[in-house]
Amino acid sequence: MATTITVNQTERSLISSEETPLLWVLRDELKLTGTKYGCGVAQCGACTVMLDGQPVRSCQVAIGDIAGSDVTTIEAVSGVEADAVRQAWVEMDVVQCGFCQSGQVVQAIGLLELNPEPTDGDIDTYMGGNVCRCATYVRVRKAIHRAAEILAA
Amino acid sequence: MNTSTSRRNFLKGAAATGAVLMVGVTPKGVLAAGHAGLASLTPFVKIDEAGTVTAVLKHFDMGQGASTGLATLIAEELGISLDEIEIEFAPHNPQVYNNLFFGPVQGTGGSTAIANSFMQYRQAGAAAREMIKAAAANAWGVAASELAIVDGVVTGAGQSAPMAEFVAAAADLAVPEDPSLTDPKDFRLIGNPTTHRKDNAPKITGQAQYAMDVHLDGQVVAVIKRPPKFGATVVSFDASAAEGMPGYKGAAALPTGGGVVVYADTTWQAFQAREELTVEWDFTNAETRSSDQIRDDMLAMVNSEPEFVARADEGTDAAMAGAAQVIEKEFYFPYLAHASMEVLNCTIRPDEDGGVTLFDGCQVPTLSAGALAQVLQMPMEKVRVETLWAGGSFGRRATSEVDYNVEAGLAFLLDGGQRPVKLMWSREDDTTGGYYRPAAAHKVRVGLDANGRIVAWQHQLATPSIFKGTFFAATQVVDGVDRSSVEGVPDTLYDIPKMTMGVSDFQSPITVAWLRSVGHNHTGYVMETMMDLAAEAAGVDPLEYRLSYLSGEGEERARMREAFQLAADTAGWGTPLPDGHARGIAGMFCFNTAVAQVAEVSKDEDGYVQIEKFSAGVDVGLAVNPDVVEAQVQGGIGFALGFIMRDGIGFDEGEVIQSNFHDYEPLRVWDIKDIEVAIVPSAAPPSGIAEPPVPPAGPALANAIAALGTRVTMLPMAENGVDFV
Repeated sequence: MATTITVNQTERSLISSEETPLLWVLRDELKLTGTKYGCGVAQCGACTVMLDGQPVRSCQVAIGDIAGSDVTTIEAVSGVEADAVRQAWVEMDVVQCGFCQSGQVVQAIGLLELNPEPTDGDIDTYMGGNVCRCATYVRVRKAIHRAAEILAA
Repeated sequence: MNTSTSRRNFLKGAAATGAVLMVGVTPKGVLAAGHAGLASLTPFVKIDEAGTVTAVLKHFDMGQGASTGLATLIAEELGISLDEIEIEFAPHNPQVYNNLFFGPVQGTGGSTAIANSFMQYRQAGAAAREMIKAAAANAWGVAASELAIVDGVVTGAGQSAPMAEFVAAAADLAVPEDPSLTDPKDFRLIGNPTTHRKDNAPKITGQAQYAMDVHLDGQVVAVIKRPPKFGATVVSFDASAAEGMPGYKGAAALPTGGGVVVYADTTWQAFQAREELTVEWDFTNAETRSSDQIRDDMLAMVNSEPEFVARADEGTDAAMAGAAQVIEKEFYFPYLAHASMEVLNCTIRPDEDGGVTLFDGCQVPTLSAGALAQVLQMPMEKVRVETLWAGGSFGRRATSEVDYNVEAGLAFLLDGGQRPVKLMWSREDDTTGGYYRPAAAHKVRVGLDANGRIVAWQHQLATPSIFKGTFFAATQVVDGVDRSSVEGVPDTLYDIPKMTMGVSDFQSPITVAWLRSVGHNHTGYVMETMMDLAAEAAGVDPLEYRLSYLSGEGEERARMREAFQLAADTAGWGTPLPDGHARGIAGMFCFNTAVAQVAEVSKDEDGYVQIEKFSAGVDVGLAVNPDVVEAQVQGGIGFALGFIMRDGIGFDEGEVIQSNFHDYEPLRVWDIKDIEVAIVPSAAPPSGIAEPPVPPAGPALANAIAALGTRVTMLPMAENGVDFV
């Protein structure tokens, strides 16, 4: 029986088997390739998406477990926090290779939705699972503070 | 036929439709321009009749910012803003898109992208500007010298019109042989710290296309089960347990013996099917040693007669014998995986003409096309390369053998060559897949006189050679010495009066390759540790001590001195620190760039070390994009610290121990609080910045930690007595 989930506000009936990780359904079946494969074991955060409004590692979510849920990917994530994060990311020129940045951006949006004025410690805790091999971390931190400023304005 | 006009007529004839001005170079390197549709013209810049300007990038972008840099050079000369220029990656054409430092090879590496393109891309932009101005001058009946392009608008002599209006006419004009370049004092974009990267928007919206994002109609995904030990080969395999699994399409042994390829419709299905595969391996020629044995073997080599001599100053041994004090240290650096965020992958598509297209975050298209041409038995011209954004590389996408391209070629052949094959690696494949930064052991003896001045330096190195056995050996191996093994030692800028250096090649089937800054990432650690120890023994401030060995002649020494001074000033070197804090300094000159860094660390009551801050001073010549330079320095320091602190590829009877980011742990956001970068103002031609920030980071950290009591010479630090917060 096909699993049905809502992805970026569109209901999708999936052909992938129900134990297939959401990550691979997004990438290979739905061709939403903005969500990246980095490790497959929830160690890097490159595959982070919003599941019912919470950032999750899509490599660890079998689609059979989330039937009827609402998934938002980097391609469609929106709202004041998303706008602030993207503006700050551009102002601070955070990206380098960019492969982790879909996950960084979604995770940062999740942080600011939860905590609009995060401290350095809050950022370390919440963003610590998102690996960037280019080591853009100093700018990630500055951009999150900047996004908080934009939100407060 | 009038030969003087035949080329122009040919150009006109070729431009049947769609006025597009294209400016590039001929295979002889001469500026050339013309209309679109001209197969022989491969441009650096294209301007269509709507006025859209596109920079065609001969270098790939793995995050180092070459795309922004090349676009900046064109936009600067053309008189447009960086927002007004589009970018696209060039196809493979080693005659015109070659790296000017590599000969007839198109490729990116050695921190050369901007340095080799600086004049070439500016000239192309300037030629386009002059041609558009000339076309406007003709239309208006004024002198071109009265006109300028400002923000894409041709202005002057009381006239003003968008550049787009003159594109068609400009494409009919002869290209200026030597277009005037913008005076550096008039630069708007080059050297401007407020410009932004060209790749921000696509990379924060999920739109940027990486090789992994390629999905072609009818494609099959291939994954490979590789030998568990380097040097092992496939004897036989059994894939019967995968039969009937969803999407499973079959399996085949690679003719190289290097693994068994498994095909499926999707990546996940391919990974799942591979789990069901059983393979019998031949371990006859496999590496079977464990990490401790490998390290001990290399350390034994640096305590034996070396195979090769990299430097042999006469009288070194006698000077050592007369030294008042000798400092002796052994060092060990483990193998390292590059571990780019985007694991290795690429796709090969069959084309109608019997050729193929390779979709890849391709670092050296000429290597890739050449290797695939061999595998697929076709002329190199039939192997097209479509370069996409690369999710990191750090050198891994540019091995001499381009191993993953070859694997994809073999998988494509074994599949019958009739449909696209996408080769995917898993993170586990990527971690265990070899082509590592070679492990290295050093033994150094530094002899000092009674005043603490160096009288002799004896250096022994054992490491696997990267270049031997590759076609680069002809230029990179001299008298048996692989230049990439020793670089940074015999050629040090420090005025060491007498030095000997011996090298021995460590032999193992473990594959090795360059990793960001190549040999410098271990030699720099050794040199800058020994200089610190010498300064300590001399009772002299480590900055002052280093500067005293850089006081000699030469521009490189002058640049290194400036970088040191700037790093020190930025860090407040010599100013008081809170209790439990300490600073360390280190620097290196490589890839024609000087970088010095100061690390500040703290140790808490329980002995845990926190990296508080790094301060860097860099001389890259003219910084085309200062913000990109800053980002590369920040990133290079972070990349280096990750492996210096806690990474190493280890072996258990030949099998790689690590598999993923849980046990090959990269730097994380909490590991470092801040990195401040200062750039030496310079009008000299730009050098490179992706690699040079890497070597000083480790020794700067080590020297800071040593100031708190622990001198680390065996890496990684976390396994050798340092506990990080």
